[in-house]
Order: sequence, then C-alpha cells, then structure tokens
Amino acid sequence: MITAGIDIGAKSIKVVVLKDGQVAAKAIDLGGFDQKGTTDRLFKKAVAEAGATEAEVKYVVATGAGKDEFLSATDKVTEVTADARGAHMVHPKSRTVISIGAEEGRAIKCDEQGKVVDFAINEKCAAGAGAFTEAMARALELKVEDLGPLSLKSDNAVPMNAQCAVFAESEVVSLVHAGTSKQDISRAIHDAIASRISSMARRISIENDVLLIGGVAKNPGFVASLKRDLATDVFVPTDPEFISALGAAHIAHDRAVAKGGA
Amino acid sequence: MVEYWRWKEYRWTSPDIDWKTAKIISCGIDVGSVSTQAVIMTDGQLYAYSNMRTGSNSPDSARNGLDWALKETDIKQENIHFIVATGYGRVNIPFANKAITEIACHARGANFMYGPTVRTVLDMGGQDCKAIRCDDKGKVTAFLMNDKCAAGTGRGMEVFADLLQVHIEEVGDLSLQVDKEPPPVSSTCVVFAKSEASALLRKGVPKNEVLAAYCSAMSHRVFSLLERLGVEKDFVITGGISKNTGIVKRLEKEMGLTPLTPRYDPQIAGGVGAALFAKSLVEKQRAGA
Repeated sequence: MITAGIDIGAKSIKVVVLKDGQVAAKAIDLGGFDQKGTTDRLFKKAVAEAGATEAEVKYVVATGAGKDEFLSATDKVTEVTADARGAHMVHPKSRTVISIGAEEGRAIKCDEQGKVVDFAINEKCAAGAGAFTEAMARALELKVEDLGPLSLKSDNAVPMNAQCAVFAESEVVSLVHAGTSKQDISRAIHDAIASRISSMARRISIENDVLLIGGVAKNPGFVASLKRDLATDVFVPTDPEFISALGAAHIAHDRAVAKGGA
Repeated sequence: MVEYWRWKEYRWTSPDIDWKTAKIISCGIDVGSVSTQAVIMTDGQLYAYSNMRTGSNSPDSARNGLDWALKETDIKQENIHFIVATGYGRVNIPFANKAITEIACHARGANFMYGPTVRTVLDMGGQDCKAIRCDDKGKVTAFLMNDKCAAGTGRGMEVFADLLQVHIEEVGDLSLQVDKEPPPVSSTCVVFAKSEASALLRKGVPKNEVLAAYCSAMSHRVFSLLERLGVEKDFVITGGISKNTGIVKRLEKEMGLTPLTPRYDPQIAGGVGAALFAKSLVEKQRAGA
C-alpha cells in the first residue's frame, strides 16, 4: 500500500512516500514563487521514484504552514502532530522534540507513544527561527551552510545584545568593524538563537531524550550551542528536515489501514 | 547600487543670534543607533545643529556631529561651557561632561520645542520607539518603550524602503496614494513582513499599496504602545519617523487626535533636551561657586 506525507514549509517543501509503512522515496525543493506548482511537481516526482502511480496512492496527509495549498491531500494534520509522530518513528525515546524551520520554532513534549502532551510555538519573531541564521550569514557575507562549521572553531563567547534579527544584522556589522573574527561572530549568532529556542523549550519543561529536527538541525554550530544552553545531550536524526513529512506519511498509513485499505 | 534607506544629512545655524554675547553656550549630543544630532544653544536659544548618520562607533559619531554643527560658526569646542550626551551611545563619549537618558532629554526637548502644554511625546527613533508622559516643566512622569524589536522603528522602515526601492523620504507620501486602505501586513516581525510584502509584489500588488499595508501595520503597533501608556493632550511626535506622513496621518486617524505641528526639526528633540540640561547644570555650577 502506498501512502504519502507532504510538509509545505515557509521556505521548502518535503515529500515522503511510504510503501507498506516503509520509506520508498523522499523529495525536497524550495517552494519558490509558485508554491502550488512546486508542490504538485514534487509530489509526482516522489511517487514516480517510489515506483508507483498517483492512482495507487491510498492516502496523503499534508502538514506545514502551507498545508491548505495542496488540494490533492486526503487529510491535514498540524505541524506539531506531524513532528511528534515523525520523531517517535526515528527516535522512539524522544520526549522533547525541538523543531526549527525557516520561519517557525516549536518545542513539543510527547509520551512513549509519540502523542503530544504539551507544546510551545514561536511563529511571530524571526529571532527563534532559521530566518535568523540566514540573515546573519548574509550580514557576514557567508553561505549559511558555512556558518555552522566556522562557529565550531571558536572557543570565545562574544555576547550579542540585539534580540531582533534586523537589529542583530547591524550588530554583526559593528562586530566585523570592531575586528571580531568571523568564527567568534558565528558562534555568537548560534548562541543567540539557541538561547531563544531553549527558553521556549523550558516553558514546556525539558525531558530526555531531546530530539532536534527541521532544517536548522543540519547546522552543527547551532546544535553545539543548543547542547551547551540546555546542558543535555541533543539527538539529531539523519535528514532532520524530512521528519515532519515522515510523521505525516505514517499518519496517512495508519488512517489508510483504519479505513481498511490494506 | 542605490541606497534607498539613505536620508540626507544636514546642518543649520541661526542667522539672528550673535553667540559672542551669550552668557552660556551649551551643547547636547544625541547619539542614536541610526542618527546623531549635535545641538548648540546660546542662553537657552537654538543656535546651531547637525543631523548625521551614526557611524560604527559612538565617540567618532559624536565628534563628527559636533564638528559639523560648529562648522560655519566660529565657536570652538573650548567656548562651550557644558556638553551633555544622550541616546543609545551616550555613555561612550569621552569629551561629554555628563550623560543623561534620552527619555528625560526627549521630554525636556519637546517641552521647549512645542511649549509647556505637551503631555505626551511619542519618539519614533531608528531602533526604538518610546511613549513618554510629562508635566508642564517637561519632566517625565511615565514612559513605555520598545527597543527589542524592529517592528515600529525607523530601521524597519529602512528595510522596506530598500525592498521596494523607494527612497525613505518618499515612502510616507507614496503610501498615502491609495484609493482604499489595504489590509495591514499581518506579520509583526520585520523579517517575516518582508517575505509577506515580497509575496504581495509577486502577485502584482503595486508598491504604494504594499507600503500602505506596512505603514498601517506600523501605525497599529505604535498605537497599542500609546494606548498602554494612556495619551493625554497635547500630543507630539518626535524622531525621524515623525517626518513620515504615511505613519503620522494613519496614527492621527487611529487616535482621533492631531499632534501639534513642529516649529523646529522634530528629529533634534533629544539633542535640544540635552543642551537644556547642560545649560541648567552650568547655572547650578555658577550659583554654587
């Protein structure tokens, strides 16, 4: 049986196709100007890669900020539900799931079945989302992928006063003028966003294991800062940006089974 | 590359005052996060001022501001009896005699510039927004401020000027050229508002409407700050954003209250307040001596 999960994020779109509950294909692309068009194209591509036809897809669950854009979805679930389920599938011992996307940060507390117990969301302010590191990378004239590895070379904690991403950009420029090294500034950037994320996570109280998912989890500099700030170990699955889509795909599988479509 | 955010720097000297006859020459320097004003007063009268972009460090910005204010006058720095620094960079100015908070300076400056009937001052600066209540002497009785978030500040407006490629000084007028007020931009965060505006532009919404949507959102945000503080008449707006008609007109409508018309450049209120504090401090010194 073929089922699929699709996560339409603020910046990128992720599709996971399951064959009898096992991952058969994954696809990711930037939403771009035509989010709807990209979503349709990406979905077709992933289904083809799984060696299936669209007609064979029994159930599709959409999630993410743009979930209403995908009209072919059978159903929709909230990002929090999808995150928790995906996290449970890849790391069943997860009790705290921290999910950081381009424009949103979430902290979710879940039980041993992957059910959501409590959660906190920041969707109002770029200071606690991937958009923050992107803006800072621009100010430093670095690629965002290079920011993380560079910050790991720093053993000097430089404080950042600004919370707002717009103000922090000016502060980064001032730090550059003052002769602070790019590696120290990179670390300051990750420390700043990590402190925002951990204060959000502490609102729901942190319980081990902590699993970090979403695109920002691929930034090793941020992971190091978050570990320091939370003073606990943080697990990062492979392909952390697909976990929400994976969760949606498993929910789709369950619902298809429940409908008797085995 | 055109820098749409870049506003014109300027200076001014009073043609009517002979500073040599003055008993007290005082100076106020307001080193803000975005702009710096240096104000020279002779016996409590406005004599000269400059308004410049703040550079990467406060002492240099203060120095450049003062030098420029004094240029075209033959006042030397040693002729000045007292210098008060204020604003974001105030504690880091080696040649100032004293530092005083910008809240106190703005209230005192507004009292001088608009008269003793002023009770509420809204100062909309580069990286913060302050709502201040004061008495008939220009003394602060209460205040609220946002200095954490770029929404509702001049810096946020600069980001939009750059995005839409409209000169910052033209943003306000252009935003008023709409037949019908569009719904305000829904994101508070400037970074997110920028994505929202880009999406509107892609859909073919014209620039003036996008600017109207942003100015309207900014006006709501500032209004909620004023509401929390409580507004008493007379009301005035100071700081760079007070020159943006798109914000002022919308705020006026939302408040149902017209701010007093400035007789002086509303951006120098902090510097004027600081120069007045400097004058009082000289008087105190002389009385004590």
